[in-house]
Amino acid sequence: MPTALIDGRELELGEHERLNGIEAARRLGIEIPHYCWHPGLSVVGSCRMCLVEVGMRDPKTGQISMLPRLVPACNTPVRDGTVLVTNSEKVQRARAMVEEDLLLRHPIDCPICDKAGECRLQDYHFTYGQEQRRADIRPFTSRRRDVGSEITLFVDRCIMCSRCVRFCREISGTSELLVVQRGAHEEIDVLPDFPLNNKLSGNVVDLCPVGALCDKNFLYRQRVWYLKSHPGVCTGCAIGCSTWIDENQDHVWRIRPRENLAVNRWWICNDGRYDYPHVHSDQRILVPRRRDGEAWTDLSWNGLIRELDSRLRQAGRIGVVLSPFLTVEEAFLLASYARQVDPQAVIVVGHVPVVDEDERFPGGFIIAAEKCPNRRGVEAIASRMMGRVLAWEAFLGEVSSLGLRGLWVSGGYKRPWIDEATVDRLRGLELLIVQDLFPSPLTERADYVLPAAAFPERDGSYVNRNDHLQSVRWAIRPPRGVRPEGSVFWELLGRSGLYDAPGALRELAAEIGYFHLALGTIPEGGVNLKTNLLA
Amino acid sequence: MPEYEPVLLANLSKPDIETLKGYEAQGGYRTLRRVLKELSPSEVAAMVRASGLRGRGGAGFLTGLKWSFLPADHPGPRYLCVNADESEPGTFSNRVLMEGDPHQVLEGTILSAYATGASTAYIYLRFEYPLCFRRLQAAIDECYGAGLLGKNILGSDFSLDIYIHRGAAAYVCGEETGLIESLEGKRAWPRIKPPFPAVEGLFRKPTVVNNVETLACVTHILDRGVDWFRSIGVPPKPNDPRDPGSLGPKLYCVSGHVNRPGCYEGPLGLPCREVIERFGGGVWKNRKAKAAVPGGLSTGLLAAEELDTPLDFDGPVRAGCLGLGTAGVIVFDETYSMIDFLHNSCRFFAHESCGQCTPCREGTYWALSMMERIKAGRGRLKDLDLLLEIADSIGIIPGTTICGLADGAAWPIKTAIRKFRHEFEDYIRRTNPQGYAATEPVAACTGSSA
Repeated sequence: MPTALIDGRELELGEHERLNGIEAARRLGIEIPHYCWHPGLSVVGSCRMCLVEVGMRDPKTGQISMLPRLVPACNTPVRDGTVLVTNSEKVQRARAMVEEDLLLRHPIDCPICDKAGECRLQDYHFTYGQEQRRADIRPFTSRRRDVGSEITLFVDRCIMCSRCVRFCREISGTSELLVVQRGAHEEIDVLPDFPLNNKLSGNVVDLCPVGALCDKNFLYRQRVWYLKSHPGVCTGCAIGCSTWIDENQDHVWRIRPRENLAVNRWWICNDGRYDYPHVHSDQRILVPRRRDGEAWTDLSWNGLIRELDSRLRQAGRIGVVLSPFLTVEEAFLLASYARQVDPQAVIVVGHVPVVDEDERFPGGFIIAAEKCPNRRGVEAIASRMMGRVLAWEAFLGEVSSLGLRGLWVSGGYKRPWIDEATVDRLRGLELLIVQDLFPSPLTERADYVLPAAAFPERDGSYVNRNDHLQSVRWAIRPPRGVRPEGSVFWELLGRSGLYDAPGALRELAAEIGYFHLALGTIPEGGVNLKTNLLA
Repeated sequence: MPEYEPVLLANLSKPDIETLKGYEAQGGYRTLRRVLKELSPSEVAAMVRASGLRGRGGAGFLTGLKWSFLPADHPGPRYLCVNADESEPGTFSNRVLMEGDPHQVLEGTILSAYATGASTAYIYLRFEYPLCFRRLQAAIDECYGAGLLGKNILGSDFSLDIYIHRGAAAYVCGEETGLIESLEGKRAWPRIKPPFPAVEGLFRKPTVVNNVETLACVTHILDRGVDWFRSIGVPPKPNDPRDPGSLGPKLYCVSGHVNRPGCYEGPLGLPCREVIERFGGGVWKNRKAKAAVPGGLSTGLLAAEELDTPLDFDGPVRAGCLGLGTAGVIVFDETYSMIDFLHNSCRFFAHESCGQCTPCREGTYWALSMMERIKAGRGRLKDLDLLLEIADSIGIIPGTTICGLADGAAWPIKTAIRKFRHEFEDYIRRTNPQGYAATEPVAACTGSSA
């Protein structure tokens, strides 16, 4: 077994593992500070913050010979016999010097900087920096320059790590950002008429280790230390990128990518990043309503579920539409309920919004054309319960022949999705219950309109188009009057206590083979449901 | 020492030497014709290796060893880059060769390409050398016409194309990976090594980068033989198997306060004083030398009492300098202020730092702003220690930068302050007698064009 020696501790490496010094040290819980290195980008080794002492241990004699000079850990492959020293006085002096260098011309405007609180320069300065400033150079002021419609650049805060430039060249493949000037006068800039407007541009803000690149949607909105981060899954398309949902007092302020090598690696697209304003839209349906003749009556949830239950049982012959925005747990509970009321119940996979074609980027990132998170999961449930996948469009064609008397349509659509003509084809139903985020022609026609929960308010799991299942908990509480679908279905089924999403997932995994791998604990990055089939 | 017979500059005064006819009249391309017929590429490489030729561009790396790093089993193509981006202050020997005897440079290039298996050679030429460009381009065109370049040179199965690329005037483009990046059309930010250019260089293919003067030497090694080459200069120390010695002819550039500035040829290892006296005609105006730069600004300073240092690859190092560098000797007479010297040096390197590595980008800038303050009469004695601390912490040698530019910036600071500290202290005491700090913030230094 290849073994490396880091700060006197042994690290066993896999046979064909290729780690650099930073990654290897991290295995032992040793953090080597760095600015320019990022696992998703090429190695330039220019910030010089990760300098360490490197040596080799002779396999026979055990004799260690060290290199006289410091070496950047980011460009040091760790192999059998590699020796790293990350905490010697020499290393600490070099780090302190780099920190002092970086602060020479930095404006140190932390009180008005968006990054303060999660800034590498700040953190490293307190950990590794000098206590006193020895230079009497007056730092520049914070010049600000817009580089794109979403991104702004505080020129003098930049430490020239060039992560953003490499991102635009290697991942988005659009190369908008570049370095101009030379030496201490270097700046990040864009060319005239070529702003940073690609669909992945928001990632440069996350990549920026300091407060140079800022997101205009987030700028001056919140101090980061007020935010709480919750793991989430993006519901913008069928890829289901892992995200961090940053909220403060039930208000989402920012969405960031969460590292997940199996799904989105380190990136998300701007569509997903700026997908949260609808959550706090004043257009949302916030109260359950019942049509009484021509008039609407606002209802409270008290007794409403029992009323819905009895109306559905009265109708007898019913169908349910499982929206691809539902979590698999919710879809499973709703379908189970429908089967309980009417063993012949029709189970439909809701409308799947598709926009144009997949967008592929040179770095491997994909934005899917299918703009919903859970078609695979809902289809798997519907096909098992129904014996076939009945898609929404096909269902509309045969709805008149099915003899349905009641229909429950779950929604959760963020954008308008249905027109009058489609709604007309649902005429003749005795009972139409619609659960959605926003008013639509369908809610106009419904007998009951129930508010739906937005994605940060849901508990449960999504299956992306590559059969990868990820489970998340809710990040914010829904607005008053809104009950997440899961808890509604839970009560419809007559279960007691609070809605238990992990329990529902276990039930689902036991019942439907496709979900079998979801029986155990779901790891943070999710689990691929097809893994066992490949083995 | 027997009288040295120049070879590199021997033909400079010959009629029409910049044309193919004139060059061939002096025996030009004789070596190429013979080598292509008689020797295999590996034999040529073996001869260069045996000669102990060391790179003339500054670092003094063994040329034959550099060539041997090329992977033997690579499908190719391979590239040869000729480093003609001569921008070290005090150095102009490549210019003399390219302007005066362009075919000599081309013959060396063709032979080296033959030895390394390169099918394309790029001459990375400094933009400020327009005459070099015109003469080299004319010489290349003549060679194509005469079958000395292009497909199947002189009927052999060796083919070579040579292109001249004119740089855009940046010092860092003379660093070999900076040169490669620039040649690829990118910003000249030197690459982190490994991989070395011999394995992954220009367009990610095996590449050799050699200086103009190095390649010119190759022709003479093949013409006159390894023994001739090894008879010139300083032989390796017999008791040190790792010392390759300093062999062969060398072009010395003498500039500054001398009577006859210019480029002269001699064997490696001449004492600095002899170069100044014999070639440069002594210090001007009957003054004495106060100090001299031994090999281009970045190597640092020799004080007057160190002028007997031999200019071989090892001598300046023993005298506390970076190395032989390019053997561009700059002489300062006794009236010259070392504060001015260091200020000018810091200005140059702050301007030329490519800005990639933090310690160099910020360190050179910091040093310049301190030197500006000292020069303006607001210096403090502790500034000198801070300058030394910066200088000691930047560069490849402490390991804090990717390329050697920062070492070049550090050595003038280290040598000037260590060897002339009394002068700096006197100046600071005189101009800032109270010694207190400047209370008003120092304005940002201009940095860009002087």
